[in-house]
Formats: sequence, C-alpha cells, structure tokens
Amino acid sequence: MKLLIKGGRIIDPANNLDMTGDVLIEDGLIKAVAPAITAGDDAEVMDAAGLIVCPGFIDMHVHLREPGFEYKETIATGVRAAAVGGFTTVSCMPNTDPVCDNRAVASFVVEAARREGLVNVHPIGCITKGQQGQEITEMAALVEAGCVGISDDGKPVMNAEVMRRALEYALMFKLPVVSHCEDANLSEGGQMHEGYYSTLYGLKGIPAVAEESMVARDIMLTRMTGSRLHIAHISTRESLELVRKAKESGINVSCEVTPHHLTLTDKELAEYDTDYKVNPPLRSLEHVEALIAGLRDGTIDCLASDHAPHEKEVKDCEFNLAAFGISGLETAVPVVFTHLVATGKVDVNTVVKAWTVGPARVLGLDRGTLTPGKVADITIIDPNESRRVDPQQFYSKGKNNPYKGMNLKGWPYATLVNGRVIAWKGQLV
Amino acid sequence: MVFTHRKDLLGLADLSRDDIDTILDTAVPMKDVLTRDIKKVPTLRGKVICTVFYENSTRTRTSFELAGKYLSADTVNLAVSTSSVQKGESLKDTIKTIEAMGTDVMIIRHSMSGTPHYVARNTHMRVINAGDGAHEHPTQALLDMYSIREKKGSLEGLKVAIVGDIEHSRVARSNIIGLSKYGCEIRVVGPATLLPAEIEALGVKKYYDVEEALDGVDVVNVLRLQLERQKKGLFPSISEYSQRFCITHKRLSVAKKDVLVLHPGPMNRGVEIDSRVAESAISVVNEQVTNGVAVRMALLYLMMGGAA
Amino acid sequence: MRSTLFLHGVDLSYCKGVLRVGLIEKKKIMDETAMRRAITRIAHEVIERNKGVKDLVVVGIRRRGGPLAERLAAKIGEIEGVVIPVGLLDITLYRDDLTALGPQPLVHRTEVGFDINGKKVVLVDDVLYTGRTVRAAMDALTDLGRPRSIQLAVLVDRGHRELPIKADFVGKNVPTSSRETVSVRVQEIDGIDEVVIEEKT
Repeated sequence: MKLLIKGGRIIDPANNLDMTGDVLIEDGLIKAVAPAITAGDDAEVMDAAGLIVCPGFIDMHVHLREPGFEYKETIATGVRAAAVGGFTTVSCMPNTDPVCDNRAVASFVVEAARREGLVNVHPIGCITKGQQGQEITEMAALVEAGCVGISDDGKPVMNAEVMRRALEYALMFKLPVVSHCEDANLSEGGQMHEGYYSTLYGLKGIPAVAEESMVARDIMLTRMTGSRLHIAHISTRESLELVRKAKESGINVSCEVTPHHLTLTDKELAEYDTDYKVNPPLRSLEHVEALIAGLRDGTIDCLASDHAPHEKEVKDCEFNLAAFGISGLETAVPVVFTHLVATGKVDVNTVVKAWTVGPARVLGLDRGTLTPGKVADITIIDPNESRRVDPQQFYSKGKNNPYKGMNLKGWPYATLVNGRVIAWKGQLV
Repeated sequence: MVFTHRKDLLGLADLSRDDIDTILDTAVPMKDVLTRDIKKVPTLRGKVICTVFYENSTRTRTSFELAGKYLSADTVNLAVSTSSVQKGESLKDTIKTIEAMGTDVMIIRHSMSGTPHYVARNTHMRVINAGDGAHEHPTQALLDMYSIREKKGSLEGLKVAIVGDIEHSRVARSNIIGLSKYGCEIRVVGPATLLPAEIEALGVKKYYDVEEALDGVDVVNVLRLQLERQKKGLFPSISEYSQRFCITHKRLSVAKKDVLVLHPGPMNRGVEIDSRVAESAISVVNEQVTNGVAVRMALLYLMMGGAA
Repeated sequence: MRSTLFLHGVDLSYCKGVLRVGLIEKKKIMDETAMRRAITRIAHEVIERNKGVKDLVVVGIRRRGGPLAERLAAKIGEIEGVVIPVGLLDITLYRDDLTALGPQPLVHRTEVGFDINGKKVVLVDDVLYTGRTVRAAMDALTDLGRPRSIQLAVLVDRGHRELPIKADFVGKNVPTSSRETVSVRVQEIDGIDEVVIEEKT
C-alpha cells in the first residue's frame, strides 16, 4: 500500500526541513521525502498543494477521563477529538477514577485505546498513590504497562520530601516527572489570575507566585537529584525565567504551554463565562507576551492542549462552583495558527517543533519526524481553511471551549496514523 | 437628562455618568413620595418583582420590596433557605421557575461574584444585582452617592475615603467605580491584607494609615468588618483592627469640618466606627436607609421603560 | 450574552400625545394679549364661581400648567388683594400610558407646599385634549389629601375627549382635527407667549 502526498510544504523540524515537495508512504512507514517523487501506478496520490505537511502532532497533556468520568469524556470520544484535531499521539493524565497509579489502570487505558485503533495513546501514571501526595507509586509496573511519564496533574505534590523521592526514583526508569506546579495554600479558593481584573471583577485571585514558587522548588530538587523534570502548563513570566535559567545551567528541565495561555488573558472573564475558567488561570497580558517569547526562543519545548472536557452541568452554573478546564483538542491547532502563526508572532517551524519533536523528546517517543523508515504519522494543515468554532459539533463530549463562535483559520486537513488517513477535513474517516 | 435603557443592572461599571445623574435626579421626587402620608403611586401596577437573596440581608431586601410596593408593583421574596435550593436545585432551574411564575424583575443577592451575570444570560426577566460576592453592589453605591449629593450639593471633585476591608467589599468597588465618574479623589485605607491586588490601577490612592487617609476629606465611607475574616488570618485581632482603623471623632479632626460619615450597615459599633460618630450630626447612616428606598424606586421606574 | 437595549430617554412630559417632530405651524390662535385677557377672565370667573377666594388654592400641571397657574393665582390675588397659594403637580407617576415599549418619561418633583385637605383646588393646564392628563392629575392630587372640590381651568380646549371630563374654566375653545397639535408656549419656558395650531407633515 502506497500513498504519495504531493506538492505540500513539508516541515520536519527534526531534520531541519522546510520545503515544498512530496512524501511517499509505504506499508505504514515513511518511504521517502523529496522535492519530486515519482511513484508507481499502485500509489494513491493526495494533492497537498497549499497545505503544510508535518510529522504527526503529539499532544502530551490531555485528560481522557476514563475510567470513572465517562460522562465527561471516554477514551473513544477523546481519541476521535484528537484525530480530527490533528493529533496522532496523545498522552493522557492519570487523574481518573480510580487514578492511574497501578499497572491495572494503565493497562486498561492502553488496551481501550488500542481497541479504538485511531491515535497512539500513552498513559502518564501518578507520582503518588491515589494522588494523595504521600507515597510514591510502583513506577516499574507503570512503565511496564506503558506509562511514559508520571504526574499528579490536577494537584501539586505539596510535600517537598515526597517530590524529592519521586524524582530520584523516576531516575531509574528515565521517566520524566511532569509537575503541576501550584502551591495549594496560595491558590486556595482562587478563581482567576490575581491582578487588576480579579480586583475589578471581585473574584478571588490565584497569584502568579503560587506557580512560580513550586517551579523554583522543583527545579532545585531536580538539580539536586539529577532527574528529568517537565513543567506542565507553564503560565507565568517568572516561571519561564526560572526554566530558562535552569536550562542554561544544564538542569534537565522542559516545559509546555497551552494554546489558551498564549492567546487569552484574564480580562476575558468580564462576563463571568465559565468556559474561560481554567487552571492555571488565564494570566494578564505581560505573562501572555512572555510566554509567546518563550515559545519563540525555544525555552518552551512543547505545545499541549491540557484538554479538560467537562459535562454541561459543572460549567453551566455559578462561576465559583464551575469546574476548571477547557476542552481544547479540537481547537488547539487553529487557535495557534490563527493567533500566533498568521499574526507573525511565532514562526510555523517553531510551532511544528513544539508539537512534534518537542514532546517526542520529553516523553522518549520514537516519533515526531518524517525521517524515512519512521512510522508514517502525519498531520496536514490547511493554513487557509477558515471555520467558525461550534463546540456542539465537537467529537469530544466536552463542549467547554472559550473560542466558541470565533472564526479561526488554519485547520487540520488530514491526520494520518501508520500511513492511514484517520481524519479528513474535520471529520473522521 | 438621559437614561440608557438596558435589560439588567449588573454593576455601575455599565452605567454612564448621565445614567447615574438621571437615577439620582429621579430619586428626588421618589423620596417625596415615600415621605408623604400616602406612600404609593400607581406607576408599576401589575408588575411583579421577586427578590432572591442567597445571602442574608434583611435591610437591602426590605428596601427593594418597599420600593416596589410604593410603586404599586407586587413584590415577593423567594426565601432561599426554605426553598428547593436547599434540596440541591440548580440556580438555572430556580431562575426558570421564578420566570415561569410571571415575574418581571428579579433582584438577586449572591455570595459569588458574577452570579447576576449568569442569571441575566439565562432569563428574559430584568435582573438587578443586589450585591454579588466581592464584585458590585450598585444600588448601595447609588444610595451612597445620593446621600452625599444631597448633603454636598454635588459629587464633583470630592475627596472620599473608604475605610476597611476593601478586598472583600462590593460596596467599595461600586463606590470607586461610581465616584470615579465624577472626578472624585478616592482613597482606600485598611490593613494591607485587606487591600486587593493592583487596587491603585482602579484610580484610587492606597493608605495604611487612617489619619493620613482622612486628611482633608469631604466624605468617609466606613465599611462593615466581616468578623469571620479574622479567623482566616487576614488580620490578627479585632482589637488591633479597631485601634488602628476605628473611625472616631479624634481621627476625623483632620478631615474637612463638614465631613460626612457613611456606613452601609449593619454597624459593628466600636470596631470600625465609634458609637459617638455614628450618632452624631455628621453621620448620615439613617438617611442612607431612606435614600436607599428612593434610589431603588427610581431605578425600578427607569428600568421598566424599554426600547421601542 | 447580556441583552442591551439602547435607547435614549427624552423628556416627553410637556407633550400631549404627539411628539413635536415633523410639525408645521398652521395658524396662530392666541398671542400674548389674548392669553393675558383669557387668564384675567378666568380669574374673574373663578372668584365668581367660588363666591370669593376662601380656601382657594391653585395647582398647575407640569410643565406649562405651572406658569399658567402662577399667572392665574397672581391675577386672582391682585383682584382680591390676597396671596393665593400655588402648587405644582408632576403627574408622570400616574400616567396610564407607561409601557415597556418606550423609554420612561422623566419624573419631576410635585411641589405642593400646603395642605390641600378641605381646600377648593383649581387645577390648571395648558390644553385639554383626551382628558387623561387631568384624570392622572386628580389621582395625584387626592394622594396628597382630600380637597373639598377640584375645578379645572385650561387655556385651550381642543375637544376629542376620551374620558368623561369637562373643564370648568376655558380660555378658548378650538375645534381641531386629530392630525393637528395645539402648542401653548409661555414666556417662562419658551421665551414667548402664544398658542399655535400645528399639523403633522
């Protein structure tokens, strides 16, 4: 089985490649990448003129909610949302019910995703048993079951001693420790970023330092232990500065940023629309600008959606009672292309890198490139496709998305996993 | 005079200075009505006003109810503590129920900021915010402004000090937003732990020293101290608070001679305000209550008009 | 999203049912002299009807009834050598045409600084038309107390009554069509004393 993707702009940051040309896929693997490939009559041809052909996008931070919260999302609906959103690989967070802190739950996730057969799903296991922040998990078992990282995402590990031991223990498996940095005492009861707008809107603030103090702590612990730290959903200027300095001094730290933290500010909460309620909160403009600069200069390694689908009832209510989170898998790509690429704020190569080789390196995945011989996971973007966001049309069960009603430009055109087209122009194949 | 008609009143941030002038001007004849023998005009005959208070406040609720009654509207109160809210009914269902009973205006008080916005989005009823969390309490600020204007003749360029827990005070926010439209110099003073982030960006001056803040002011608006804040560790003790911030005649000696003292009530005498100040001629605490009814009558009347 | 219905309120309290837009002046029916004579005559009729001025008070309906009431009271006082109390009534809160469809007319103060209980009240307005304003004025008045009697004096009666109301004292009867508008202008508000008939364009 052969497929020739013809005449697209091929961007493969792992190979420093940005050219117009063809990609030939054979038996699920990349066969060749060249300016002009002549394939035999047995090859199907896809015309990619005007499109951007990239290695398959990896979203290393999603919540698929299963097991336990199937009314928010299931692995089946989540992988469909990922596929139409342009993602070929996702890694899912362990804060399910039960949490993914043991071999059985991790195996369940892997098996359920395998049955769906759409995108690659790699679970992230818990740092601590029950995400209680007390005892570290059986990481050997988690790795054997397929976990590619550990995180107590949704909650911080408040106890520094526990975090230290987790970092040390994870070292044995070269597991990245994905840290949700939030000092729970400083953020308690908070509803939005603390600043001018929290004062104006009368909502309890979550100060930037609630994140920054934990980023600093975890970097110090990583320096001490020599482990691998990944900061999840980084959202403030000082956090970024800490990561930058840590990288300069050779500490093994990486970080990710969400499309919403790059494109929305705390001002947007004027109407108390709970679709804008997210943790970490939407920050003020100076933080947003710093994050964009951080993505541009490579301090930020990855883009990640922090896809957090919720059922209607926990969003359609009083602001303080509403759940945190944005169902972002299906808008992540067009949001970034509309607000960062088309505006010239971030180069498209940088964006593709942060969605491919960036997360592949963090998670140790042999993906994220179009190098011949590698698995043919490919994301094709139509930078000129313009569409209005209608969450009711989402494949995800979570309709909680702040970009609702907005026109976005630059949508996934096709998603290919193992050389097979799984999504096409916003629809599953 | 103009009044920009809108479906809801969610905060003073939504009103222009002209709108506020019109409300305050309309409150003058309304005050005449409520101070005469027959305290009733037929204006809002057949209209139904429902007060829904998720936080206790006999005074604001009664004020709205009487304002409605003086205008001949039918007013009912949804007693939240005894209603199905306690059985876990969602706010949205409660709104739909009140709407289905033919209510024209819903007046809502809620402990969570932004809840009136949520209500307004989900109903055809007119919605008036009677206080939401630490966000706004527009009618309290309007009655404060009415009381100041009545005594001072004008609001233009006055120096106003707001004293106490600014962080959690919707009264403070609405006063700051409203008075700013009249070029007032607004000062906020309180313990550092009760002054919110970037408060100065709202165009106010921040003080920790009460004498400094009161120097030369025309008006002092004393906020009620929620005593439970102490348990949250936001200030060490009530006695230290009152030693530093209680408004006494001695402290007021640096203010203008004709200084006016306001308090939204209910007062913690001896904590944030000295009894002798509260009962003196410079205090307008009781007039504030009367003016509150007049201002709410004006607002109900003006909001009942609509657009053709 | 919050629904906002923008419309600017206008002061309609001086209009008698018809907005003052798109009108052309058709005919002047009274000038300053005619108005003065009419008020003088009404003053004499009021004194005659009430057999003097005992317990007599004059109350004008805002806006143009106000200056006319002042003049009538002054004239009566001048004839009888006494001071006749004058009050001002704002009837906005008693109108029967307030709807959710239009902006609310602005409310002004009612200024009746005397007790009307047991008084003979002469209510003064500029134009008597449908009678609805007078109905509202009587309601407003009785909410202030229980007068012994209410009499009605108007500068112009233009007909087209919709309620069983009749003026006791009339400056001038003017037959009109409903397309027409009668505008009374007074020095104190308009800078001129005159009554004109206008027609919608």
